[in-house]
Amino acid sequence: MSALLEASGLALRFGAVPALDGVALEIFPGEVVAIVGESGSGKTTLLRVLSGMMRPEAGEVRYRDPEGGLHVVHEMGEAELRRLHRTDWGFVHQNPRDGLRMRVSAGGNIGERLMAVGARHYGNIRAEAAEWLRRVEIDPARIDDMPALFSGGMQQRLQIARTLVTRPRLVFMDEPTGGLDVSVQAKLLDMIRALVADLGLAVVIVTHDIAAARLLAHRLLVMRRGQVVEQGLTDRVLDDPQHEYTQLLVASVLAA
Amino acid sequence: MTALGYNFGYLDENTKRMIRRALLKAVAVPGHQVPFGAREMPLPYGWGTGGIAVTASVIGAGDRLKVIDQGADDTTNAVSIRHFFAKVTGVGTTERTGEATIIQTRHRIPETRLREGQILVYQVPMPEPLFRLEPRVAETKRMHALADYGLMHVKLYEDIARHGHVAISYNYPVLVGGRYLMSPSPIPAFDNPKMDRMPALQLFGAGREKRIYAVPPYTSVTSLDFEDHPFQPVRADAPCALCGSRESYLDEVVVDDKGGRMFVCSDTDYCATRQTQREAAE
Amino acid sequence: MAYVAVKGSERAIEAAHAWLAEERRGDPALPELSLAQIEGQLGLAVDRVMAEGACHDRGLAALAVKQARGDLIEAAFLLRAYRTTLPRFGASRPVETGGMRIRRRISATYKELPGGQVLGPTFDYTHRLLDFALAAEGSVPEPAPEAATDAAAMPRVTGLLAQEGLMAPEPPSEVEPRDLTREPLDFPAERPLRLQALARGDEGFLLSLGYSTQRGYGNAHPFVGEIRMGAVTVEFEPPELGFPIEIGEITVTECQMVNQFAGSKTELPQFTRGYGLVFGQGERKAMAMALVDRALRAAELGEPVEAPAQDQEFVLYHCDNVEATGFVEHLKLPHYVDFQSELEKIRLLRREAGGE
Repeated sequence: MSALLEASGLALRFGAVPALDGVALEIFPGEVVAIVGESGSGKTTLLRVLSGMMRPEAGEVRYRDPEGGLHVVHEMGEAELRRLHRTDWGFVHQNPRDGLRMRVSAGGNIGERLMAVGARHYGNIRAEAAEWLRRVEIDPARIDDMPALFSGGMQQRLQIARTLVTRPRLVFMDEPTGGLDVSVQAKLLDMIRALVADLGLAVVIVTHDIAAARLLAHRLLVMRRGQVVEQGLTDRVLDDPQHEYTQLLVASVLAA
Repeated sequence: MTALGYNFGYLDENTKRMIRRALLKAVAVPGHQVPFGAREMPLPYGWGTGGIAVTASVIGAGDRLKVIDQGADDTTNAVSIRHFFAKVTGVGTTERTGEATIIQTRHRIPETRLREGQILVYQVPMPEPLFRLEPRVAETKRMHALADYGLMHVKLYEDIARHGHVAISYNYPVLVGGRYLMSPSPIPAFDNPKMDRMPALQLFGAGREKRIYAVPPYTSVTSLDFEDHPFQPVRADAPCALCGSRESYLDEVVVDDKGGRMFVCSDTDYCATRQTQREAAE
Repeated sequence: MAYVAVKGSERAIEAAHAWLAEERRGDPALPELSLAQIEGQLGLAVDRVMAEGACHDRGLAALAVKQARGDLIEAAFLLRAYRTTLPRFGASRPVETGGMRIRRRISATYKELPGGQVLGPTFDYTHRLLDFALAAEGSVPEPAPEAATDAAAMPRVTGLLAQEGLMAPEPPSEVEPRDLTREPLDFPAERPLRLQALARGDEGFLLSLGYSTQRGYGNAHPFVGEIRMGAVTVEFEPPELGFPIEIGEITVTECQMVNQFAGSKTELPQFTRGYGLVFGQGERKAMAMALVDRALRAAELGEPVEAPAQDQEFVLYHCDNVEATGFVEHLKLPHYVDFQSELEKIRLLRREAGGE
């Protein structure tokens, strides 16, 4: 099986600070990879570079389309990249307000991606939106409500529905449970895990929450000062951390 | 030079050439808004300066000009603009749609089918069809460049979800040549179908916003809609009280303050022609 | 000439005032402007000063224009400063614009309507070509042809729409509106207070705000239902009499903007109103005011409040040009002390940053 996304030699500095320093990785279809590390470790920058939202100073990110063609992400035109972002890729923001249109109803939010790829049958769009509301456990009767009337957890589930409606193969998630209460986080994580398994999604998720990573990820990348200091299967990395930074990270979670 | 001391058509030849270049570009990329260096005109912005600049740039001594506002030749602004061109060009004017070579219009397309060789010049207040959804021009330019029009479809979706149908009655957005989203100017949606594959050249001038765009003859112009909620042009459900037409767009005339109403054609030339024909037939 | 510190320089101030008076008069070889000339021939300047000075007195406004050398904000300021010294006897009855002696009345929503369209003395359909004939003095225009008008037959356009139930009714209120000239602004400001502020507000500021709502910053869909200009009777009810008496007549301009739906699945679509009323012939101001009034109703009509024109505090705190010009121009006053402390601070910071 060939990788959906491969990156090599990624480097980027913000002034004197290295945000990415020789990062390489591969994401395979159906695989969930978590990038963990503390604030400033470069994990969010890596996500933005992988998804084409930010340009690295060195290195390359390559994306494989469903027909097997390989594309260098940062050589794609803006139109092509936008199309990719609303078809084969998805992006879930930490703050649902960044990923939703707050003045558009829940149904319209989900429908937008369908319409952007050419859906022109109102009834079908609405039926699909209702179905997705159900899948993310929002009452379909609220299809015409504005997202502002939803709780934070519901907004995040709506953002996920909006992202998944076009059946992307690869989804980037930036701290998707970041702003939520602990009880709400657990429920959302369960839902994400079920959806990912059900749809066979590949996911790159950035989180500082080791517990969330353990629950969701097959594989783990530990970042520090722009470098991947350790990577491997989730259970192996967390149960038998090799790098002293990973050991510190795991110990701090256990202590807390 | 005219008797007034102004150049033929009011604008100087260099300005007219600059506008014609913008027009050529607009015709080459149907529906795309071409920026142009709009000049101050002797009428206020919003009163048709863009249309006047376009007309001034394409009019020649042999042309016959018709000017309508709300479909009528006798509305104050139409009269004013017609007088202006008569004064600064000396060309013949007409109220007959069939006789005109250039028709400058605000808010209507004549009922009489236009033919090849005619030019319809629209006065445009807001050229950007997306401005209510996204007021920043830098962003809407990007959306046009990427043909990223999902937002407009979302607006139609929201209308149907809220009102049961699309709540746009005029300035109804169209897709030109299958590529560019375009504002047809504030014509009633009723007129939209007339734009599709029209044999005449359609030019649009927005003076205050400094944009020109065009629809060349026989270009497809489709009103945005959904398969199961097709575009529906709306007119008052009545015959014209003067000529009896059931096909034309109607104005509502308030006849008293007791709720009395009557409906008449907004296109005065069309209505007058039909009345004459009717009288001749009797 | 040597530089003289401004501090305590009474002589400098006196000299400046004398110079100002000289400049105001201009070339003494030319005849002096009379107040009657200003009132008669610069009538729209006088009207604007009355509106923004919030005091209806053409003679005083003309004096203010003369004294201010044609600076209309300065003139409005002069009139305000005079107005504030006047005793307040009470408030007039609301003026009845429905019974206006019409000089101009137009509607953009109906081509024809009872009473017809009356263009009146308007720039609207003039071509903006400088009329060099005016530069030569001494010509008196031919009298304009007059048609008889019948005030009784000029129903308001919003009234026509209301008959069909298409116009959202304004909730009537018997509560005495608060008086902006006696009490400070308070938020949220109810509509009567907002309208008071807008009526005194700067024409240019309201014009730009109104314009911004047309360009997508505030999502307006306005139509001019009606603009009417003419004389209305002012009535006052002295408490000791118990019935109103006519105390005079003033010219006002009223604009009623009709705005597209505020309907939803549960609420029938209807039109909502934006309202503008100003002293004198002030059509641009009345229209801008009506646009901004409607924009400021966003919150009560359940619309998102996002644009500057919809933000009560932003609009009402900044629309008064007398307040605005005062604060902007106060920057000319000495700030030596504050500035000295800034100087010391910035020198210190530069030293610490390793500048030297």
